[in-house]
Amino acid sequence: MPRIIKYVFYDILRTRFILLYTMFLLLSTIAMFQLDTDSSKVILSLMNVVLMVVPLVSVVFTTIHFYNSYEFIELMLAQPVNRPVIFLGEYFAVALSLCFAFTAGVGIPMVMYGAGMQGFTLLYSGLMLTLVFVSLAFLSSVLTRDKAKAIGVALLFWFYFSLIYDGLLMWIIYSFSDYPLEKATLVLVSLNPIDLARILMLLQLDISALMGYTGAFYKDFFGSSLGVIFSTSVLTIWILLPVVIALQIFKRKDL
Amino acid sequence: MISIYKLTKQFGKLRALNEVSLDFTLGKSYALIGPNGSGKTTLIKSVLGMVIPTTGKIEVDGANIKNSWLYREKIGYMPQIGHYPENMRIGQLFDMVRNIRKDPPLLDEELMEAFALTAIQDKRMHTLSGGTRQKVSAALAFLFNPPVLILDEPTAGLDPVSVEILKEKIQQEKDKGKLLIITSHIMNDLDELATEVVYLHEGNVRYNNSIAELKDITGETRLGKAIAQMIRSLEKKVIPEAINLK
Repeated sequence: MPRIIKYVFYDILRTRFILLYTMFLLLSTIAMFQLDTDSSKVILSLMNVVLMVVPLVSVVFTTIHFYNSYEFIELMLAQPVNRPVIFLGEYFAVALSLCFAFTAGVGIPMVMYGAGMQGFTLLYSGLMLTLVFVSLAFLSSVLTRDKAKAIGVALLFWFYFSLIYDGLLMWIIYSFSDYPLEKATLVLVSLNPIDLARILMLLQLDISALMGYTGAFYKDFFGSSLGVIFSTSVLTIWILLPVVIALQIFKRKDL
Repeated sequence: MISIYKLTKQFGKLRALNEVSLDFTLGKSYALIGPNGSGKTTLIKSVLGMVIPTTGKIEVDGANIKNSWLYREKIGYMPQIGHYPENMRIGQLFDMVRNIRKDPPLLDEELMEAFALTAIQDKRMHTLSGGTRQKVSAALAFLFNPPVLILDEPTAGLDPVSVEILKEKIQQEKDKGKLLIITSHIMNDLDELATEVVYLHEGNVRYNNSIAELKDITGETRLGKAIAQMIRSLEKKVIPEAINLK
């Protein structure tokens, strides 16, 4: 497996996309720290970037990469290499390089400007989101042979989790506003990794007071160590489940 | 060496292989022939584990290949169209494949030298012509000195000099007692290189016997003519008893 990861890694570095992504994150983070001295506000603006851009880049880059490495996969399959090793090698190489880009791009300025615990939460949720969307992109890549279709499915995941789902959630909350919905929304929020990351972030920023009773309830839940364990495990499920399904499909795929 | 039992592969509505049973023995050289889309490449890819059979099983050295991969050490595969990582250099490609194997056996770099691939090892794969790609595929297939060689249209796209080099190499390996499976549409090549013939038609094995036998029955001296006559007689359904498949 390390050998496969090495070669995929090498291939990813050649495209220079990861470098551009790192530079983009680095520049936007530094720019935001320059514009504002209150690190809380900076983190809040960064959060919006992270919640939109990170999933989008992860999903699109991973899908395109997977199709571009079809030849590599085909070549490896004629060699005495196990299918899961090929697949997981691809996965780890892509996930590691995107995580590395994110850590370097957002983490370095944060250390420079000293962002503390809030910065750490942002970094953590960004990395988790990267992994979740890399997994989802791998799933959409093995579902179809057609590159355009796979990118479409991957983008649909992104649209769904960052826009459509929130709309549906709002509609549900609005229609059932006569009932106590705290626990129900908690469950619904867990079904969307982006929302989960957003709540994790917001609770760090002391603006949860603005969210009224629900905010207080969330603060009580997610603020506790149980809440951290809960959100981490839900996000981990979001990472593992798509990969495991994708691996099962890949094992039986005709190439 | 390679045994195939009732192998069926379904692609959606299309049945690419229909209960194919075949035995490939070490030391023999098989010509796998049939019209385009008759299932030759699907059969080869099933043996390599690239295509997963719908039903049936394949054994290499007596072990089922399902979920196993180490058996591929024994097989050198030259694809019909070689797909390689496009921005790799030829040298890097060879290094990578060599590196992927845990303990590579004695390397056979004869073809690399004969095709002068070392001289152009800094060229990137996407700049290569179809013929040069074929040469790379051939050199990779022979590189690890495997006992089984599966060659999918090896001579297609090669210049006459290279065709002769490759044919000589195949002949040499055949004489070493290796198992060869060759598909081709060029009957003259097969006449020189193969001893057995397997004829596939729409996913069914229609003929499986030695070339000498086929020539004998049809009374032809050239493989091309013998096969043409066999196909005609199969189509007419006035199949002589001897040609009739088992």
